[in-house]
Amino acid sequence: MSGPIGLSMADLGYRLPLGDAVETGVEWLTSTFAGLFDVIKVVLVSSFDGLEYVLSAPPMWLVALVLAVLAYVAKGWRLGVGALIGFAVVQGVDQWDNAMTTLALVLVASVIALAIGIPLGIWTARNDRVSAAVRPVLDFMQTMPAFVYLIPVVIIFLAGVVPGIVATIIFALAPGVRFTELGIRQVDPEVVEAGHAFGSTPGRILRQIQLPLAQPTIMAGINQVIMLALSMVVIAGMVGAGGLGLDVVSALSRVNVALGFEAGLSVVILAIYLDRITSALADRSPVARALRATAA
Amino acid sequence: MSALRAENVYKVFGRRSGEAVRRLEAGATRDEIKGHGTAAVIDASFEVADGETFVVMGLSGSGKSTLIRMLNGLWRPTSGRVMLGDADLSTISARDLRALRRRRVSMVFQHFALLPHRTVIENAAYPLALQDIDRTERRRRAGEALEMVGLAGWEDHLPSELSGGMRQRVGLARALAAGTDVLLMDEAFSALDPLIRREMQEQLLELQATLGKTIVFITHDLNEAMHLGDRIAVMRDGRIVQIGTSEQILSDPANDYVAQFVADVDKTRVLTAASVMVRPAAVVVTGTGPRGALREMREAQVSAAYLTDRDRTLRGVLRDEDVLAAQRAGTDSLVDITRQDVTPVKVDAPLMDIFAPSAETPLPVPVIDEHGRLVGVIPRVTLLEAMSPNELPGIDAIDAPADDEPASADLTTSGVTS
Repeated sequence: MSGPIGLSMADLGYRLPLGDAVETGVEWLTSTFAGLFDVIKVVLVSSFDGLEYVLSAPPMWLVALVLAVLAYVAKGWRLGVGALIGFAVVQGVDQWDNAMTTLALVLVASVIALAIGIPLGIWTARNDRVSAAVRPVLDFMQTMPAFVYLIPVVIIFLAGVVPGIVATIIFALAPGVRFTELGIRQVDPEVVEAGHAFGSTPGRILRQIQLPLAQPTIMAGINQVIMLALSMVVIAGMVGAGGLGLDVVSALSRVNVALGFEAGLSVVILAIYLDRITSALADRSPVARALRATAA
Repeated sequence: MSALRAENVYKVFGRRSGEAVRRLEAGATRDEIKGHGTAAVIDASFEVADGETFVVMGLSGSGKSTLIRMLNGLWRPTSGRVMLGDADLSTISARDLRALRRRRVSMVFQHFALLPHRTVIENAAYPLALQDIDRTERRRRAGEALEMVGLAGWEDHLPSELSGGMRQRVGLARALAAGTDVLLMDEAFSALDPLIRREMQEQLLELQATLGKTIVFITHDLNEAMHLGDRIAVMRDGRIVQIGTSEQILSDPANDYVAQFVADVDKTRVLTAASVMVRPAAVVVTGTGPRGALREMREAQVSAAYLTDRDRTLRGVLRDEDVLAAQRAGTDSLVDITRQDVTPVKVDAPLMDIFAPSAETPLPVPVIDEHGRLVGVIPRVTLLEAMSPNELPGIDAIDAPADDEPASADLTTSGVTS
C-alpha cells in the first residue's frame, strides 16, 4: 500500500493528546479538591466499616438466619431455605467473611449510587435538555471498560476500600438513572394530566402519581444497580477492596483453579440472593399488583 | 356573566408559533403555515353560559382536545384570551391557576385517568385531598359522589376490578366530588362500548338536570353531541365552523362539511315537533256554529278542522260529516261532536315520539305547547319527508306541496312553514 491512506497520524508526527489531557485533569482534580476527597473518603470508610461490622461481628449462623428470614418475608419459604443452603455452601468453602465484606461493599455502593441515580433520573425525566446531556455521559460510564475507572480513582484515593466503592458507584450508577427516567416517562400522561387538571402541584404529582406508578420500573433499576455493583466489586478486588474479589484476583494471578471456583461460586450465590430479593420486592409493591390486575 | 369565554383563541405548536398566528390572522391556511408550526386551534371564539352543556364536536385532529385543554389552562393559548368566569387564563400565574383548578373547574378523561394503586373512594376523593379537606369530610363527600353515579358499595375496590363503564363513573364521581361549577369532559364516553355509552349519556343528562353544572363536552360522535348538547360547536382543521343548537345545525348547516357530517344523524332523536310542524289550515274556535265551521273547512279545502278555545287551547277534531249532521239536526254546540281520536304531541317532542300518534290517524298530528295550546300540526307526509336521507337538510321537504297524499293531509296549508 502506498499513498496517504496508509499513513497513521503518528507517521505524520502528530498524535491526539487525549490521554495526557485526562491525566493532567486528574492531577489537577487531586490537588484542587483534596479536601473534598478526604471527606468522601471518611464517609465511605466509616459507612463501610459500620456495615461490615454488623454483618461480620455476630456469629455466622445468626447473620445467615436473618438474611434467610428476609428472603422468606420478601418472597416465600423456598427462597428462605434456598438462601440458607447457599450460605451453608459459602461457609463450607470458607468464604463467609469475604462474602460479608463483599456484601457490605455492594450495599454501600448501591445505596450511594441510588441516592445519586434516582434523583438524577427524576430530573432527566422532567427536563428534556438534562436528559439529552446526561444520556451520553451514562453511555460513557457504562461502556468504558470497568478497569479504567480504577486508575484515576486509585490516584485520588490510593488503594483500599474507598477506590473500590467509588469505582463501583460510577459503574453501577447508570441503570438507576435510566430506569427511573424510563419509569416516570412511561406513566400514563393522562393520569399526570389529571393531577394537573385537579390543581395538584408538580411536587405532589411526582410523589402521588409519577413515583408510585413508576415504582415497578424503578425497582427493576434498583435490581440492576445491585447486580452491576456486585460485578464491579469483584473487579475492585484488584485495588485491594477486599472481599471475594480479592480471592478471585489472587486465584487468577496464581492460576489457582480451586480457590477461583470457590470464590466465584460464592459471588454467584450472593448475586442470586440479592437478585431474587430485589425482584420479589418489586413484584410485591401495591402498584405492581394493581397494574398487573389492570393488564390482566 | 358567562361561565367560560374564548376570544379569538389560537394555539400553534412549534418554534415560530407567533409568526404562524400572524400569518393565520392575515388569512393564511393551516397548510400554508406548516413550516412555522402546527396550528391546532385557529381563531376560536365562543361563550358558554352558566348551567349550559356546550359540546365541541369534530374528528380527530380537528383541535377539539387542544381547545378543551385551554379552558383549564393545561395549554396556554398562543394568542387570544380564555376567561373562566372573571379569571383570565391566558395571563394567570401558575399558582393562581392551580387554585382555580381546585375550586372552579374539573375534568373527566377519555381513558379515565384513575390512579390504579388507589381504591375507588380514594380516587373519587383525590381532588378533595388536593383541596386539603380533612379525611372524614373527604370520605363523606367522595361517598356521596359515588352514590350519585351509582357506585355505592364499590368504595374499597381497585379500579382494575371495575368494568370500563364503572371506571368512567369513578372518573365522573371524582369530577363531581371536586364540587366545581365547570366540568370539562374530554371524549369521556368514547372509550366505552355503545350500550354503556348510551347509559352514561342518560346518567349525565339526569345528573345535569339536578346539578346544573356548566359542562363542556368533547366528542367525535355527532349523535352524542346532539343528544347531550344545549349548543354544539363543530370544529374542522382547527377552526370552529358552526355553533348552534342541534336543530340549527341539522336544519341549517353552515357548509357542505357540516351538512355531510349531519347526513348520518338519526334525525328522529334530534329534530322536534317544533322544527317540522306547519300552520293548521282550519281552526274553529269554540262558540262558532256548525255553519261557520263548515265555511272554514270549505275555504281551506279540507274535511276536518281543529276545535280550540279562544286562547287556542286544543279541544279536539271536528269531522265534516259530523258537522253536517249537527247542522241538519239543528244543534249549535260543536263541543259535543268533537272527536278525541287524534293524540296531540308536545312541541318539544322528538320526531321519534310522533310516529305512533301519526300512525293512528290519517289526520295531521296536532302540536301543543306546555299550556295545551295548539301551535301547529304535523301531516304524516311532512314527517316522512323530514326523515328522507336524500333531502339535505331534511326539513326543506316541508316546502313541497303536501297534497300529493290524497285525503289525509287535508288540514295543511301547502307551502307554509312554521
